[in-house]
Order: sequence, then structure tokens, then C-alpha cells
Amino acid sequence: MEHVLEITDLKISTLRGKETVPLLDKVSLKVGRQQCLGIVGESGCGKSITASALLQLLPYPLSVTGGSAFFTASSQARMDLLTLPPKLMRGIRGREIAMIFQEPMTSLDPIFTIQQQMFEALHFHYPHMTHADRMDKSLSMLRKVNIPRPEQTLASYPHQLSGGQLQRIMIAIALMNNPRLLIADEPTTALDVTIQMQILELMNELKETNDASVIMITHDLGVIAETSQHVAVFYAGHIVEEAPVNELFHHPQHPYTKGLLQSISSLTGDSRQLYAIPGIVPPGGSWAAHCRFAARCSHASGRCLTDMPALTEAAPGHFCRCFLHSQEVEA
Amino acid sequence: MTSKEHIIGRRLSRGDGLLKQLWQDPLGRAGFLGIALIILLAVFAPLIARYDVAQINARSRLAAPSITYWFGTDNFGRDIFSRIIYGARVSLIVGLVSVGIAAGIGYLFGLAAGYFEGRVESAIMMLMDIIFAFPSILLALLIVAVLGTSVVNTMIAIGIVNIPVFARTVRASVKAVKGTDYIANARSVGLKNGAILLRHITPNALAPFTVQATLALSGAILTEATMSFLGLGIQPPSPSWGSMLSEARTYMEIAPWMVVFPALFIILTILSFNILGDALRDALDPKLKL
Amino acid sequence: MKNYIIRRVLMLVPILLGISIAIFLIMQLIPGDVVSGILGIEETPELRAMWEKKLGIDRPLVTQYLSWIGGVVRGDFGESFRTGAKVFPEILWRFSISAELAILACVVAWLIAFPLGILSALKRNSVIDRNVRVLALLGVSVPGFAFATLLILFMALVFGYYPPIKYVSLLENPLKNLEIMIFPAIVLGSSMAGSVMRMTRSSLLEVLRQDFIKAVRATGAPERVTIMRHAFRNASIPIVTLVGMQIGILMGGTVVIEQIFSIPGLGQYLLTGIFQRDFPIVQGTVLFMAVIYVLINLLVDILYTYIDPRITYS
Repeated sequence: MEHVLEITDLKISTLRGKETVPLLDKVSLKVGRQQCLGIVGESGCGKSITASALLQLLPYPLSVTGGSAFFTASSQARMDLLTLPPKLMRGIRGREIAMIFQEPMTSLDPIFTIQQQMFEALHFHYPHMTHADRMDKSLSMLRKVNIPRPEQTLASYPHQLSGGQLQRIMIAIALMNNPRLLIADEPTTALDVTIQMQILELMNELKETNDASVIMITHDLGVIAETSQHVAVFYAGHIVEEAPVNELFHHPQHPYTKGLLQSISSLTGDSRQLYAIPGIVPPGGSWAAHCRFAARCSHASGRCLTDMPALTEAAPGHFCRCFLHSQEVEA
Repeated sequence: MTSKEHIIGRRLSRGDGLLKQLWQDPLGRAGFLGIALIILLAVFAPLIARYDVAQINARSRLAAPSITYWFGTDNFGRDIFSRIIYGARVSLIVGLVSVGIAAGIGYLFGLAAGYFEGRVESAIMMLMDIIFAFPSILLALLIVAVLGTSVVNTMIAIGIVNIPVFARTVRASVKAVKGTDYIANARSVGLKNGAILLRHITPNALAPFTVQATLALSGAILTEATMSFLGLGIQPPSPSWGSMLSEARTYMEIAPWMVVFPALFIILTILSFNILGDALRDALDPKLKL
Repeated sequence: MKNYIIRRVLMLVPILLGISIAIFLIMQLIPGDVVSGILGIEETPELRAMWEKKLGIDRPLVTQYLSWIGGVVRGDFGESFRTGAKVFPEILWRFSISAELAILACVVAWLIAFPLGILSALKRNSVIDRNVRVLALLGVSVPGFAFATLLILFMALVFGYYPPIKYVSLLENPLKNLEIMIFPAIVLGSSMAGSVMRMTRSSLLEVLRQDFIKAVRATGAPERVTIMRHAFRNASIPIVTLVGMQIGILMGGTVVIEQIFSIPGLGQYLLTGIFQRDFPIVQGTVLFMAVIYVLINLLVDILYTYIDPRITYS
């Protein structure tokens, strides 16, 4: 299969005082053309910083400390996003790779109208576009994302619109320049459940019509089920399980994935009791040298507390980082 | 503003090792030491000063700094070092008294406005708005122009100018506290208005008030120095840094030390307060530490 | 919008009325007797009665206030006790000088504060940032009169330069005028620059942390556009508030600085009035300055609504 993006051994670190503290390591992922890759995990697992790293948008003092992320642009040129010079990176952002953020209410500049912000996004990549063309493009994008009365919306400021409308506008802006890859970082978390569904359907639809690939970052397996073909489960800064979506939902291998699945079925199923995995995600800098999930795992035994399991293929195309399924130890 | 003051207030009232935290911050420590130095100079002025501040000595006029006269002498042959030490006293006393006046009156106004609401509140706040509508030094100068120049009038003028900030701070905390359940509880068990004010509201309003007072103190010291510099504050021969600097201008080429030392001490004092203020802000609200 | 401005202007009326009453009442507190102050030892009962009638102080307070404020509204601020000259034309002429000084000071302040503040925020925790922060701290901590005196001392000792004593107006000789105004403007400007610099830095850092900045970058915005068009425009909202508050400090500053550099502005007029106990001058100048102060603050509030669309006009 043709891959739009190939991430290999991505490592991200932060600075604490003079000390470098790893926040993410050994992350390798592939995104197929017109595919949606889901990344799931609790907050603090390193999902969002992976997305930011791809566009060189990591906030100070975080930085990429290893690995590569090869992206195939629409011109078929292949480039490493992590080492791309800033000037070229600006040509990629918004044009080849677009991003949608978690908080629609704060992700648009409050002092500019929607029109100004949409026009601007076009202007960065097509500076010679005429006013009329920009207007046509903006209106048609707003219609595509089902915004009622697009003319009126263009003249509005962000504070005059609802969260659902703003997220649609964010999607419109993101897709305006026909990007090859769309990174959606928790795009529905801040929205009402009814709106969530509409937004996800919209994204699925636009992925098809725009020939785009998607990375869907979420803590909600329901969102994954709705959108993704392939899933990577993140825990404490690395991948613990990776599989095609049906495989993962029907044959989860890692105790952490099982826990996540159990917590959604307890929400939707008959059992009256809410299931939650006990404990919290250990923050960066306090990771054990052995299995990072061992402290919260009900199956943890001797080796789990001394060695780090490797990510091994438990079934064809299904990878898992757990001693229950392999004997391999990571170097 | 209100909620921030409230948070600051809560932290202050709980202590939270604030002083310790300030001391651990190198800037906070520097500010502390600077202010402590000025206070020590002011308190122990009679022990530290080497000469009588008013003693005119014609033979040693405009003497350069030396072992005899550390900071040199002025045009009357008075020892500048001793005058600066006593000047610290004047600065602090004027500052403290005027902030005291402002705090006292502002506290009563704020308490009344916040507690009684309605007409009392709008009348008081209107008065505060009017005082606030003047650029502060202008109002202080007007008051002194009318009352005449003297130490007491300087204190009164600076005091009046500073009333509104206190009134507003107190009113805001009173209103915040009033909304809470325990005031309703106090009412329900039959406490009278006065008792409620004293027992519940005052301690709660006190903390943000203390922060405000510290800020006002450095402002008051600066205003006094400015007014004295203009000849409308502390009058010679009383040693005030502002008036010393003003007198020095006539002699500045032949006796630059007359300018340099008073200026240095004014700057040191204001700088120390500002540094401490910064450290205090960082300690109270780490999110703002950028 | 229009309604909002009209409403704000109407809200001024009680404040301005309050200010005028406050000034009028404070002036009543003058100890001793104005007439004996004017007449001195030449006082006779006839002369006294004549002056009391002339000054109008034989009438009840309310009548006195009404006739004073009635005059003020018509641009009649009374006459100087000393010279008999009309106060209002003098105030207007001197105001133009003070306004020139204040504007120059703002230009100096902003030329220093904005570039350095922005640089400091962008290069946070660098050597540049640390130096800018020390500079800003000095700016807010060194009182204007101390800086002015030290500056004059420095110029005299090192370059043998003395600022001109005789004032030349801008129309007469712009270059000479600039030579006179530049040092006072630098002194006034640098004390303003300190706090503007700090506010620029902290408010820009605050904005740079917000989600939409990352979102703007993610659309492919060049750094310059991200910083100037988005971050700085948003950061300017608190900066405008600060500038509004500084107008009062600037006015106080002009009083002091005009005195030091012998500039015949409003501040110097006020001080002359105070020293000579020429109360119509004091009363008129303070009222005029307070009104200007209130009006500028109104302008700042209106300016606000242009920068920040979130402000509602209700």
C-alpha cells in the first residue's frame, strides 16, 4: 500500500532545568493513502505532541530528539518533516498537511472575522488569488461543512458562533487548500454528543471527496470505531498495541487496550457499574525501565517488573507490547 | 481583578510559606534586603548618623566625599551622609502615615459601600471615582497648594489621593465574602450587622488589603520625594531626599555628589519595592511567571 | 456603536460636574483671607469691600460656584490675581506646549518599548531578554526627576552641554524647539517605556501560549504575520489599558519635567500659580488638566472597542 506518511522511531523530549527528559520514544507509524489512522490513549500519553512534532509546532521547551517522519507530498517529493527547513515547512503547513484542534472556541483568533481568517489561510499559499475567487472558495467550503447562511457567518467574529459551528469552520479552513493529510487532535472532545457525530461523519465524507488521509487523535475508542481503519494505542510515551480497527476491537491483546474497551462498554452496555482502569498515567521523567503499564496491570508478574517487553507481532498485522503474548525483551 | 485579589488574599491569609518562598527567590531576597536596609537606616538614624543634620559648617562647604564626610557636604557644609540617613526616616514616616490615612479612611468607605449597598454605596463610589478622575500628583499638589506646605499637609495630600484604591479593594472583598454561606449563617443565628462586619468580613478583607498597602507605600514615598523636589512637600532644613536633590541642582557641576547620593537612595528604595513586588506576584501566581 | 459613544459621553457629565465641585470646594479651604493676601498692608475697609465685590466672594457659595462654572463653560476661567490677564487663553497656549512634550514622550516611549518588549518575549530567557528586563525594571524604578537631574549632570560633566533655557516655539524654529524638547521627552518617555515594555512582554507571552497562535501557524502563516498580525494585535488590548492609565502619570510627569527643563507648559503654569498663591490659575489649570485626563480615558475606552470586537456596547 502507498503510504503518505512514515514515522520511524520518533523521540520527543523536554527540558527540566538542565536535564533532558523523554516524553515519547520509539514511535513508528504509517499512514496509508485515503486511510484514517487512529491514535488512542489517555491524556498525557504523547498523542498530541506527536501531532505537533509533525508540523514542527512543539511548544518550548519540547523538541524532537530522534527519528524521522517521511511525508510524500502531492508533487510526489518525499521529505523528512522533522528536519525540514522552516521556510519549506511553512509551505507544507495548511497546504499539504492541515490540522484541527481540540478547542474550537479558542483556536480561532478572537479579533478577526471568519472571512479575514479564511482569506488569510488561502493567501499564505495562493497570494495572487483574486478577492472574488477567495470569496467563492470560502463560501463553497462553508457550504461543504454544512454551515447555514455562509455569507452571514463570514462576517461574524468567533465569539458570535457556537462551538459546533466553529469546529466546522476549523475543518473548512483546514481542508480549504486540499491537504494530503489532515491531523485531527481530539476534534470532537469539546462538543456536544449530537454535534460530535455530525462532525465525524463530515470528516469521513470529506476524506473521500478530497482524497485526503487522516490521523485521528482521541481518547475515545468510539471515535476510532467511527472513523479509523488502523489504530495505535499509546501509553506513557510509546505504542503498546497496534492493529487494524476490527482486529483491535474484537481481539484486543494488551491489558491496557482491554481496559479502555471495557470502560466504553461499561458506558454503553448493561452493567450498571462504571469501569475505570485504576491508577494514573505516569508522567514523563518517571517512567520505569520495565513495562510502563505494570503498575496498573492486574496481570503483572515477575518479568513485567524487571524487563521492558518489545512491540511484537501477536497476529498478522497486529502488534502488542506485552509479555503475555511474547517472550521478547526490548534491547 | 477581583478574583485575582481574592486568590492572593486567600494565599496570604493561609501564609503558605510565602515569606520563605520569597526569600528563596534571589530577586525577592534582594528586594527584602534593600527595604530592610532603608528601614534599619531610618530606625537607627541617630546611631548611624555622624553629624547633626542641621549643623551648618561654613569652613567645610561643598567638601568632596572623604573619610570625614563619606558622601561629601552640601552648600551649607552639612554632612550629606547623615542627611540621607535622616532622609530615610522622613521618607518612611511620611509614607507610612499617609498610607495609614488612606488605608483607614479607604477601609471604612469600602466596608460601608460593600456592606450597605444601595445609595450609600453609590454615593461613596461616586466620591471615589471623582478622586480617581484626577491624575494623582495633580490632586496632591492642589491640596498642598490650598493647605500650605508642611509635613502634615504633605501626608494628608498623599493620603487623600490614595483613598480610592483601598476603598475599591475592600469593597470588592466584602462583596465576595458576602456571597458566601457563612454570612447568611451568621445572620440566621441572629448576629447584628456590626458584629457580622467585625467578626467575619474584616479578617477576610484584610489580606488583599495588605498587598495593596505595600504597593501604596512605595507610591507614597515616590510622591513625597517628587513633591519635595518641587518645593511643595517637606521643607528645608528638614532632610528629604527630594528637596536635597532639588537644592543640589544649583551646585551640581562643582559638587556632583550632592546630586548623586540622594538620587541613588531614591532609586534604591523604589527599585527594592518594585523587585519585591515582582517576586510577590510570581510567588502568588506562578502561572504569571513567564 | 454610535449609541455607545453617546452614552459614554453622557456618563462623563456627572464625573466632570463632580470634579468641578471638588476643585471648587478644595479652593474654599484656603486658610486665611484671599483679600488680605492681595492687599497686604495697604488694606482699608473700602478697598476690602471693593475687592470682595470684584472677586464675588461676598455672595453665597452656591451662587459663587454657579457663576464660576457658568464662566468655565463659556471659556472664561477668570483672571490672574497678579497680572489681571485672562487665565483661559494662557492655559490654551501652554497646553499646546505640554501636549507637544507629551506626544514626543509617547513617541520615545513606544519606539523603545514595543520593539524591545516584543524581542524580549520572542527571545524569552535569552541574554537579550534578561537585559531588556533589567532595563524595564530601571525604567519603572527611576523617578523622572532623579533621571532628569542625573541626565543633566551627565551631559554637563561629560559633554559640557546644557539644555537651552530660553523656550522657542515649534513654529518659530522647529529645530531649536526639538533641541529643547528632546531631553525632557527622553526623560518622560523612558519612565513610561519601562512599564509598557513589561506589559508588552508579558501580554505577548500570554497570547503566544494560546491555542489560536498554534492554529494560525498550522495554516502556514509566516512568523512575521503570526507575531505582528495575530499575537501583537491581541496583546495590544491590555497594553492600551496601560497606556490609558499612564496618561495621568504623564501629566504629573510634565509638571515636574517642565519645571526642571524650564519649559513654559501647563505644569509650570500650575506651579507658578501655587507658589504665588494665584488661585484662579491653580483652579483653572487643575480643572483643565482633569478634564483632558477624563477625555483621553474616554478616547482610550472607545479605541478599545475598535481593537476588541468582543466588547459589547450594551
